[in-house]
Amino acid sequence: MSEKVNNENETVGREAIIRPENLVYAKPELLNDVHMHYCPGCSHGVVHKLIAEVIDEMGMADKAIGISPVGCGVFAYRYIDIDWQEAAHGRAPALACACKRLWPDRLVFTYQGDGDLACIGTAETIHSLNRGDNITIIFINNAIYGMTGGQMAPTTLMGMKTSTCPYGRQAAIHGYPVKMTEIAAQLEGTAYVTRQSVHTVAAIRKAKKAIRHAFENSMAGLGSNLVEIVSTCSSGWKMTPAKANEWMVEHMFPFYPIGDLKDIQSR
Amino acid sequence: MSKIKGAIVVDEARCKGCNLCVVACPTHTLALTTNEVNHKGYPFSRDVAGACIGCASCAIVCPDACITVYKTKID
Repeated sequence: MSEKVNNENETVGREAIIRPENLVYAKPELLNDVHMHYCPGCSHGVVHKLIAEVIDEMGMADKAIGISPVGCGVFAYRYIDIDWQEAAHGRAPALACACKRLWPDRLVFTYQGDGDLACIGTAETIHSLNRGDNITIIFINNAIYGMTGGQMAPTTLMGMKTSTCPYGRQAAIHGYPVKMTEIAAQLEGTAYVTRQSVHTVAAIRKAKKAIRHAFENSMAGLGSNLVEIVSTCSSGWKMTPAKANEWMVEHMFPFYPIGDLKDIQSR
Repeated sequence: MSKIKGAIVVDEARCKGCNLCVVACPTHTLALTTNEVNHKGYPFSRDVAGACIGCASCAIVCPDACITVYKTKID
């Protein structure tokens, strides 16, 4: 009897709670209703949410231009209701540079994975950052080529198994992983270079602040900004999303430590 | 004594059953369905314990933005 009464109270309570004035968190308005094509638990979705939230909070929805890459993020333009350009593989920073120079009042950012940014687009990325183009590069680093089926990327860790290095990455055959963010921090043109992650609530909040800071720097004309997000690829790594987060903390963070590498504002 | 009470609404069609919200929930309120799937064939997240405190951890970590969170103080 008492159980039944409790249940009834809870049902009434739920209806009383779900009201617009009690809203704590909802899908960002700039994120549309199209279902994302990403695998379950993919970090891309969280970063898309953060970008949508930051652009909305800055009031730049009408003035933001995103450059989507080739890779899993290729359809980013389908999910966030801002202007987008689609770049050839690796050429997103070059296109972003053109957009920013033609429309200096626009918030221009690229959204690239590690295969796009650290492999085929290394030249464009380094020269764009070195020129100090007032853009933001969002770099999703999951140490693997996700879209094409989990092949070895330039950022793949030593000893990490992928479909093209099934015995683990070896220096004698495959060389060493590239730390693009450390390279970017050495360049004179960069204003803000940081490495973040999105595996916990605290990390997501920090990543959001980093993206906001980078966007504000680019609008203030301080130089180029690089926000690396160390991410998971549960399909490519062949793990559950929760296990992939644990693996990332254990194996990725020692090699790709989280934190700001350069911030000209804090000097 | 006033008590914080929360409630979540899950967009079941959008959910892909990645389980990250279940791991993130501090009160173990959420669980994936075991005998039901959405139109894409994924199990989806739902409130099973009724212990929600409206902290929004689940919604923040959700990669597909499926969860809407409400919170209120009950006297």
